[in-house]
Amino acid sequence: MITFEAVSKRYRNGREALLNASLHVAAGEMVFLTGRSGAGKSTVLKLIALLERPTRGRVLVGDADTGKLPARKVPAFRRRVGVVFQDHRLLVDRPVFDNVALPLIVADSSLKEIDKRVRAALDQVGLLGSERMLPAELSVGEQQRVGIARAIISRPPILIADEPTGNLDPQLASEVMALFRRLNEVGVTVVVATHDLHLVRESGLRSIVIEGGRIAGAEPQPGAAPDDNLPVIKAER
Amino acid sequence: MSGTVGSYFARHTHALLSSAGHLTRAPVATLFTVFVMGLALALPLGLDVLVRNVRAATGDFSGAVSVSVFFKPGVAEARATQLARAARERPGIAGVQLITATQALAQFRAQSGFGEALDALQDNPLPHMLVITPRPASANPGSMESLRRYLRAWPEVDSVQLDGDWVARFNAILALMQRGLLLAAALLALGVVAVVGNTIRLEILNRRAEIEVTKLVGGTNGFVRRPFLYTGALYGVLGGLVAWLVVMVAIRLLGPTVATLSQSYGSRFGLLGPGGRDLQLLLGGSAVLGWLGAWLSAARHLARIDPGSS
Repeated sequence: MITFEAVSKRYRNGREALLNASLHVAAGEMVFLTGRSGAGKSTVLKLIALLERPTRGRVLVGDADTGKLPARKVPAFRRRVGVVFQDHRLLVDRPVFDNVALPLIVADSSLKEIDKRVRAALDQVGLLGSERMLPAELSVGEQQRVGIARAIISRPPILIADEPTGNLDPQLASEVMALFRRLNEVGVTVVVATHDLHLVRESGLRSIVIEGGRIAGAEPQPGAAPDDNLPVIKAER
Repeated sequence: MSGTVGSYFARHTHALLSSAGHLTRAPVATLFTVFVMGLALALPLGLDVLVRNVRAATGDFSGAVSVSVFFKPGVAEARATQLARAARERPGIAGVQLITATQALAQFRAQSGFGEALDALQDNPLPHMLVITPRPASANPGSMESLRRYLRAWPEVDSVQLDGDWVARFNAILALMQRGLLLAAALLALGVVAVVGNTIRLEILNRRAEIEVTKLVGGTNGFVRRPFLYTGALYGVLGGLVAWLVVMVAIRLLGPTVATLSQSYGSRFGLLGPGGRDLQLLLGGSAVLGWLGAWLSAARHLARIDPGSS
């Protein structure tokens, strides 16, 4: 589903965020990206969501080589990847309903379909009844869940989350992770970047460790065949 | 299919209402922009109204252009009648009037007051003459000169006199005013496009976060551009309405003064304002200008905004 082949990413300011990184995430898998701040976790997620293109190497997401995808196909590609940010990136002057509905609106869904699916998504994240509230009227945890509802409303096959529990207390963090697990159980490929090793250990799922822009290690999921070309190192516990 | 069409209209209606909402949320900035556009559009509209009023006040001068053809002394009346018939058959001629020497003398006698003096003349000194009126479409300088050369070539003709030089000059002035009007309209249209373009540029910068999120979830440039295009068109329509109001107020204020002046010359002329069709053209044209300014600005600035760049 997601494959990085010797991927490097250098930003315009000259910073090398990723160096010769190779990794693979199978369809329907849920993995964690761990590492210190600035290690390159967010860059991996941006490359998956095609918010950035690789400087060298290949990033394959589904059947798309993101480095070669023409600009006109980028919007359709992005609709297949749900993104959850630590800072939520909600539209502060729009009610919850409009925020969650945005992916369906840009996809030209019918109003009836939008109404039905927004309610379903909000129900899924436990926010049904908050449709008319503005983001500022919600707690941080609720805002995060609005962001998750927006990411999953168009039923993307891939969901990526950048530090989704960074601003949440342990109980809310567990709830959010449980939500990701439920989505993963219905076939969504989930990639979560976090530096919360407690959550990673608790989950028992595979984690990919990134250090200084390099893949420092990975713990394979039980039963999964390790790729001979990829470094497979036990994640630190 | 009908659902798709309904959804299409619903999306555009949503974009239109959203754009209108954005305008009302910043009323002072919107008013300033609309007034600047309105004043810019009022100038060409006012000039157009001026030209039309000048035309109306002076009437249609095309009928005032004529050619007088004086025959040589001794040309027989029958021959003059024959030549008048020939002139009538020429294309572009609206009418030919033969004034015989006898008729001319009688007319002169009646109008001049020299009746008794004229009785002393043994012979009629006046020649036969033709007064030829061209059709309006042929009353231009080129056609008139061609007609003059044609008539001058007749051996029976002593002289040919064009009676419409002043009309030609007046029409040239009006044509100059119209050219100036077109030039001013073109320049001010560019100004309107620039004003809307700059306003939309600021709007895009203000809504950068929203644009980034929209692109992040798969919004195309076209989708993101749509509300800005509606905003531009709305600015155009509102600016057109302001221009209309400015010109109507000016006509209302100047009307009584012009009527008084007109009456002093024995005329009942009154100022004519722009009509309903002019309003439609103005609003349509200004909406297109607003849309164009928004499109140019959005095409340039939206392409630079990408969720990955922040």
